[in-house]
Amino acid sequence: MIERNVMDKFTINDLNLYYGDFHALKSVNLHLPAKEITAFIGPSGCGKSTLLKTLNRMNDLVEGCKITGQVMLDGGDIYAPKTDVNLLRRNVGMVFQKPNPFPMSIFDNVAYGPRTHGIRSKLELEEIVEKSLRDAAIWDELKDRLKKSALGLSGGQQQRLCIARALAVDPEVLLMDEATSALDPISTSKIEDLVLELKEKYTIIMVTHNMQQALRISDNTAFFLLGEVIEYDKTDKLFSVPSNKKTEDYITGRFG
Amino acid sequence: MNKLSAYKGRPGSLALRIMVDLSAALTVLVLVALVGYILYKGIPNLHLDLFQWTYTTDNVSMMPAIINTLTITFCSLLVAVPFGVFSAVYLVEYAGRGNKLVKVIRLTTETLSGIPSIIYGLFGFLFFVVALGWSYSILAGIMTLAIMILPLIMRTTEEALKAVPDTYREGSFGLGAGKLRTVFKVVLPSAVPGILAGVILGVGRIVGETAALIYTAGTVTGVASSLLSSGRTLSVHMYALLSEGLYMDQAYATAVVLLIMVIIINAISSLVAKKVAGKAA
Amino acid sequence: MNNSFKEKAMQLVFLLAACASIIAVILICVFMFGNGIPAMSKIGIVNFLTGTLWEPFADVYGILPMIVGSIYVTVGAIIIGVPVGIFCAAYMARFCGPLQYKVLKPAIDLLAGIPSIVYGFFGLVVIVPIMKDIFGTSGKGILTASIMLGIMILPTIITVSESAIRAVPESYYEGSLALGATHERSVFATLIPAAKSGITAAVILGVGRAIGETLAVSMIIGNQAIMPDSILSGARTMTTNIVLEMGYATGIHRQALIATGVVLFAFILIINLLFTLIKERSARNE
Repeated sequence: MIERNVMDKFTINDLNLYYGDFHALKSVNLHLPAKEITAFIGPSGCGKSTLLKTLNRMNDLVEGCKITGQVMLDGGDIYAPKTDVNLLRRNVGMVFQKPNPFPMSIFDNVAYGPRTHGIRSKLELEEIVEKSLRDAAIWDELKDRLKKSALGLSGGQQQRLCIARALAVDPEVLLMDEATSALDPISTSKIEDLVLELKEKYTIIMVTHNMQQALRISDNTAFFLLGEVIEYDKTDKLFSVPSNKKTEDYITGRFG
Repeated sequence: MNKLSAYKGRPGSLALRIMVDLSAALTVLVLVALVGYILYKGIPNLHLDLFQWTYTTDNVSMMPAIINTLTITFCSLLVAVPFGVFSAVYLVEYAGRGNKLVKVIRLTTETLSGIPSIIYGLFGFLFFVVALGWSYSILAGIMTLAIMILPLIMRTTEEALKAVPDTYREGSFGLGAGKLRTVFKVVLPSAVPGILAGVILGVGRIVGETAALIYTAGTVTGVASSLLSSGRTLSVHMYALLSEGLYMDQAYATAVVLLIMVIIINAISSLVAKKVAGKAA
Repeated sequence: MNNSFKEKAMQLVFLLAACASIIAVILICVFMFGNGIPAMSKIGIVNFLTGTLWEPFADVYGILPMIVGSIYVTVGAIIIGVPVGIFCAAYMARFCGPLQYKVLKPAIDLLAGIPSIVYGFFGLVVIVPIMKDIFGTSGKGILTASIMLGIMILPTIITVSESAIRAVPESYYEGSLALGATHERSVFATLIPAAKSGITAAVILGVGRAIGETLAVSMIIGNQAIMPDSILSGARTMTTNIVLEMGYATGIHRQALIATGVVLFAFILIINLLFTLIKERSARNE
């Protein structure tokens, strides 16, 4: 059991999500602690990515997507009519499954967010870019080629650049949607190390289909099946003594 | 999503949104103004006189011009379609990868499609009218327009052929059919809607063409009695009416007929396009 | 045996058909240059290209006013047509619902299909009187022609830009939204820059269409063969020069008109070349 806490970053109450007629999330209740790493695991199509995308409302882009229930961020309902979606997404950054740097220079990629939010001073931008790249542990590799196109980087570098880009707008939460699934093992382990460091300052919620990864770096794990949260607990506990039979079947490999 | 409050504190986004909406509205408005104005002024001027079989300075009939337009359109297609389709067949079905000739053909096709109609008109005049001695004749106009729409037919046919799945070809070869048989019995038939789309675009271009015809097919008012006699198409007829300056009412009426033709051609074209898209899906 | 002969024969037929476009381009070049170059050398190529007087009755042929006229109206058309066209393309690709698209798409196809003579007529009976009222001039001139051409190149700009914007990967757009950018900023700061080579190609096609347009321009530009001194003054383009005088010109006058066509042709070839280069570059980038 993970105790509810006033310091929880996200509190999800009885959340249902439909894509047209398809009931993709079924009365989900979760509370995600601040400055910890929470992993969502489960077989493909179980709703883990869908839930992640409700947290920064990227699901708004999907036609026919309907939501009932509550998603509270720091006590405020992010689906309330008065919510400023752009502000929400600024506070809740996202890293995608496939690295998606913009077709512009490395500098401009990282500066894109700050510029979006009105920072124009070159000096200030340079500071932010350097700090973000340092936080993403990629400054040393890239500092001499900031003016070069981001598309020339390797996949792993691109993904860390995307993390830097997300950090540059100073978010509180970082959502990672299978952020290492397209990368080689070395790049993956670099990003895992990075995520462990980032937890000092950020709340991190990650979707992964790699159970080893969840076990290695997350504090809490939620196991999803067919749109439902089957079990949610401390990672050590969930992987060693799962309380649900289905969880046990999954982590011991019966679902594949 | 479009609520005004979403733009609070984001004047740049609001400004962009306004520009985008205005531009789209402006584009539609221009079309509505153009079509509306011409229909409004032109329809009252559509008299039966304008559709008599022979042209006189009294009736200023556009019927001969309509007949010439049909003749020229039909004959230009008769020349351009076989050439266009066959070249596309060569490019898609026969030419090997990295073929030098293909590169040259692509370059010349692109060049042809970029040449403005007045240059086609000049060329047609120099070559067909003067050098070949055809004088102002609908034949000279036909040949000029055939060259003009050739790249269009080629390109659309090429795309249509490329869209034919390789499994069709393999299936035909697998039954022991030769290449030629495969092309004519399997590949071309399934590319027909795409080719048709190109043909319709070509018709649209021919119907609207003026500059390439004034100095090739000439501006004679009657129905061309043979391929070697001169005759004006409807667009050229309208140009002639305007340059004489005496027939504004008739010009409005001609514009209405031209517009209606274009609207019909476009409607057919989008129908065919839907069919092509439906087939692809 | 018989079959293989048929195969070979038809292959030859296809090959010959494919050469039609090559032959056409060669013929066009031979007849244009063959008739134009002698005229240019007779007049003197420098005199011809830089002469500011066009007086056929005095056998003085300078086409600088027409070159300038063509460039002015083309630039004007671009200034008017390109922004509207790109914004409209953005609207179609990223802002409008399916219902608006169903209206807009055929509207733009229709704009593309309207014959230039009808555009010219509309310009003559609607735009010219409006310009006359506003500026107190004859109403015909560079600005009027630019507005008309700006409208005429819209379908080209919109169609090509729209497909360029649609070709940009969705992940760029999502990446931008996820950083808290608005929909508008995401479209204009990521999608449109990423589509820039396609949009440039659209603009070049528009330039080609504007510089080559003849009849619509001839009806509303005034056609004075003089150096224009303001955007309101009348002017003549290379295309209108040809269409206006070809009907009665003979001898060197006619050759000078053909030479005008050659200069226009050279402009078009350069534009085509630019277009090809940009297309190749964007194909490489993909």
